[in-house]
Amino acid sequence: MTSFAGYDMPVHYQGGIIDEHKHVRSACGIFDVSHMGVIEVRGADADQWVESLTPADICSLQPGAQRYALLMNERGGVVDDLMVSRLQDRLVLVVNAACKNNDFSYIRSAIGDQVEVTMHEELALIAIQGPKAHSVLGQAIPEVGTLSFLRTLSKSSEFGDILISRSGYTGEDGFEVALPAEQAKQFTEHLLSHPDARLAGLGARDTLRLEAGLCLYGHELGPDISPVEADLNWAIGKSRRLDGAREGNFPGADVVYSQWPDNTESVRVGILPEGKAPVRDGAELVDANGNVIGTVSSGSISPTLQRPVAMAFIQRSALRSGTQLFANVRNRHIPVAVTNLPFIPHNYAR
Amino acid sequence: MMTIRFTDDHEWARDDDGIITVGITDFAQQQLGEVVYVELPDIDRVVAVGEEVAVVESVKAAGEVKSPVSGTVVAVNEDLNDSPELVNDDPSGNGWFYKISPSGPDELNALMDETAYEAMVSALA
Repeated sequence: MTSFAGYDMPVHYQGGIIDEHKHVRSACGIFDVSHMGVIEVRGADADQWVESLTPADICSLQPGAQRYALLMNERGGVVDDLMVSRLQDRLVLVVNAACKNNDFSYIRSAIGDQVEVTMHEELALIAIQGPKAHSVLGQAIPEVGTLSFLRTLSKSSEFGDILISRSGYTGEDGFEVALPAEQAKQFTEHLLSHPDARLAGLGARDTLRLEAGLCLYGHELGPDISPVEADLNWAIGKSRRLDGAREGNFPGADVVYSQWPDNTESVRVGILPEGKAPVRDGAELVDANGNVIGTVSSGSISPTLQRPVAMAFIQRSALRSGTQLFANVRNRHIPVAVTNLPFIPHNYAR
Repeated sequence: MMTIRFTDDHEWARDDDGIITVGITDFAQQQLGEVVYVELPDIDRVVAVGEEVAVVESVKAAGEVKSPVSGTVVAVNEDLNDSPELVNDDPSGNGWFYKISPSGPDELNALMDETAYEAMVSALA
């Protein structure tokens, strides 16, 4: 167990991180992610109000659709990254645990009493991830078979009123299900009765998202990292870009536009270190002369590739020149190659 | 006579006829989780008590192995380079880290014996 954002979280269950990781890639892992925040925004023009805080295109999000979004600050940095779903009568935001209270106050203070903003502390959130996720969840909720990637469904069930979206944080097909906390145990036990399902902890969640090249707030995202730096230009909706139909009108728009599309000193990249030693968060990347040209933001062993992998922010000038880079690990210089992300192709049910 | 002693940092040190073998305890490997990488010292390296001589890394974290005694490194467990999981599977046997020729004969006896170490670990649990 470890303490994470004020919650006691299992790093792994019985089999260990590597087994849980491989099980998600080959079958189905169940994650208790109830520490994350579920925030509901309801009322006339709720979409416009939420859109005023993010460069994501929220207004054209269709009922039943879900989209990745960044909550921005005035400096062009990121307050949080989140998933936004539109239902018939409301928007539902799934946000990071460590950011949720701040997000809630930020949204409330920005949009005031114009719309109703509610934090749903009474909900549990269970992620069902992997190529067998549809079959595992389908055993409990048959309708999920027809739910497409990045679609959200609200329904009543034997587990109460639940919200299901086909998405996740592993690079695999999967679902996230919000349901009343008192139903969570029974629901999870039902899922685990499927032979392909087993529990997976925070450790596997981290190595899975790292292989999938997905950002983790506090590592690849933060109040002083812009979306352009984080290589998340795709998270800025076409209509929200300079000369788009609804350009501007989000905090830090001037900063983001001035950087567009690649005018930042550094950018997030994938890193493949030579050899077997993990290169971890905080390690410096240097050139042959020892000049620091970047920093590792996340790094571990890839259980799938059985080799070290990392993400890092490095100077674009070094990327362009293709100069050989080294990671400084305990004062040894390990050669590293810059690579495209993800390390493992996404396996979404599109 | 084989003497085995333990440190506060969960290393074990075993005296086999004057050469001391060093490893990490079962408790330590359980805390670390699956070991994926081990960095061993160079042979002939002279080390002091408490000096960081090896690194052991799991998926989640890196830890240091501090030498329980001072002396000269005379052997390292090369098997750990290709099979770091030996540290999990057999921490007090095939998962040993290095052997050291001690320079101070009394250092080992200053450490905890098995009873004292087990008492410390059960207090942590």
